Amino acid sequence: MTAPAKRVSHLLSTQDLSAEEAILVLDTAEELARLSDRPIKKLPTLRGRTVVNLFFEDSTRTRISFETAAKRLSADVINFSAKGSSVSKGESLKDTALTLEAMGADAVVVRHWASGGAHRLAHAGWIRGAVINAGDGTHEHPTQALLDAYTLRRRLGSLTGRRVAIVGDVLHSRVARSNVHLLATLGAQVTLVGPPTLLPLGVESWPCESSYELDPVLPKCDAVMMLRVQRERMNEAFFPTEREYSRRYGLQAGRMAALPEHAVVMHPGPMNRGLEISAEVADSVRSTITEQVANGVSVRMAVLYLLLGGSEPAFGKEEEAAGR
Amino acid sequence: MTVQSGARLSGLDPAAARAVLDAPAIERALTRIAHEILERTDGAGGAVLLGIPTRGVFLARRLGALITRFEGREIPVGSLDITMYRDDLRLKPARALAKTEIPRDGIDGSLVILVDDVLFSGRTVRAALDALNDLGRPRAIQLAVLVDRGHRELPIRADYVGKNLPTSLREAVEVHLHEIDSREAVLLGVKGEA
Repeated sequence: MTAPAKRVSHLLSTQDLSAEEAILVLDTAEELARLSDRPIKKLPTLRGRTVVNLFFEDSTRTRISFETAAKRLSADVINFSAKGSSVSKGESLKDTALTLEAMGADAVVVRHWASGGAHRLAHAGWIRGAVINAGDGTHEHPTQALLDAYTLRRRLGSLTGRRVAIVGDVLHSRVARSNVHLLATLGAQVTLVGPPTLLPLGVESWPCESSYELDPVLPKCDAVMMLRVQRERMNEAFFPTEREYSRRYGLQAGRMAALPEHAVVMHPGPMNRGLEISAEVADSVRSTITEQVANGVSVRMAVLYLLLGGSEPAFGKEEEAAGR
Repeated sequence: MTVQSGARLSGLDPAAARAVLDAPAIERALTRIAHEILERTDGAGGAVLLGIPTRGVFLARRLGALITRFEGREIPVGSLDITMYRDDLRLKPARALAKTEIPRDGIDGSLVILVDDVLFSGRTVRAALDALNDLGRPRAIQLAVLVDRGHRELPIRADYVGKNLPTSLREAVEVHLHEIDSREAVLLGVKGEA
């Protein structure tokens, strides 16, 4: 007898989320955040479920955050990183996926260096579990955008009509892509700021504005999100010198003074202190950087709960699981 | 979207349903429960009322207000969401969560009185007991319900009951409270087709 095909859905891109679904995730995270004040930081909800962290790219905070989230929901967590695994012996994504499937993964949290890696894993029919994109190349990083939206909502109340500037290396930033779509869905107005070389082609078609200058944008912002300059993805010169980049697009105390009183400064981490953000700004009261890390656990718990907790997922495009 | 909200009622046909308790009767039942709590707990010292969302929370607040009125002092009132502890979590679509608000002094060593609208299978209460286990160690736990409709599936009983209501399994009981619904009544009727 075969079990009836279970419906699964994935979290691959913030473009797949409706405003209603995104708010459901944020509201759920809000309730789950209270868990961190309790003596026993654990819920029995995902007992007996297995969550695999499949990381083909280095990551500390995202992997630890997902691991903490899954463990707080009592799921079993398997960490699989490409370094020191059979991937370094040349095993393909497919074979790795088939191995995980054979182990009975209910969800796979995947970070891959290739844009579309998570999509491939979700739709190739290799695995039956839910796929959560934890960053694919320069494409998307939806849980980061959700935790950013959560942090903004906590600090600013609501996102409707709020102005958010996303500054720096937009070209290589999956965080920026996920944020642009999610913030637009939630009713915020996004402005991308960066040198022409670091704004992607086709940015005109995104639901946001763009600017090559930071200073005129700052006084109108409710939040500034500084992006990391991704040296490891840059094999050519995108700007003349780091000093010049820092002078034109870095956030220092002087620039921060141009922001409205209530505005917050965000950074997805890891930071290049002194390049895109000065230490003084990063450590100021306006900075939400450590808050973002703490919020990440709550938001990822919400995503895991809503995708795995019930008989069918509470958000995402539902589809029949690959029944092989 | 397939989220169930606890606030939604199962949808009794209002024309076919019979009101077994009206607003004054609910008021009288709660007043009696408040007096019983005071009597049985010797003035409700160290007692904490925890309502189970959605409607248990409103009932807990009303009981708290009544006890304050009778005794002239505040009694801590909170809420306890049991969604994550339900034994049927995997049988239904993932639900939105309700608020858990534990009074500031916590529940260690206190007398927790759980408050819910309808006691039926007892599974909600079992989930609440599990949830409390993760929150602290109360001195004792009691249960107050507005309606006990029978059909227990677990060895659980209520300490304070507003009304014992014999029902058949084909029937549904709905509690409407003015804080959240358009009327105030306990309805008994045959389950809707939907």
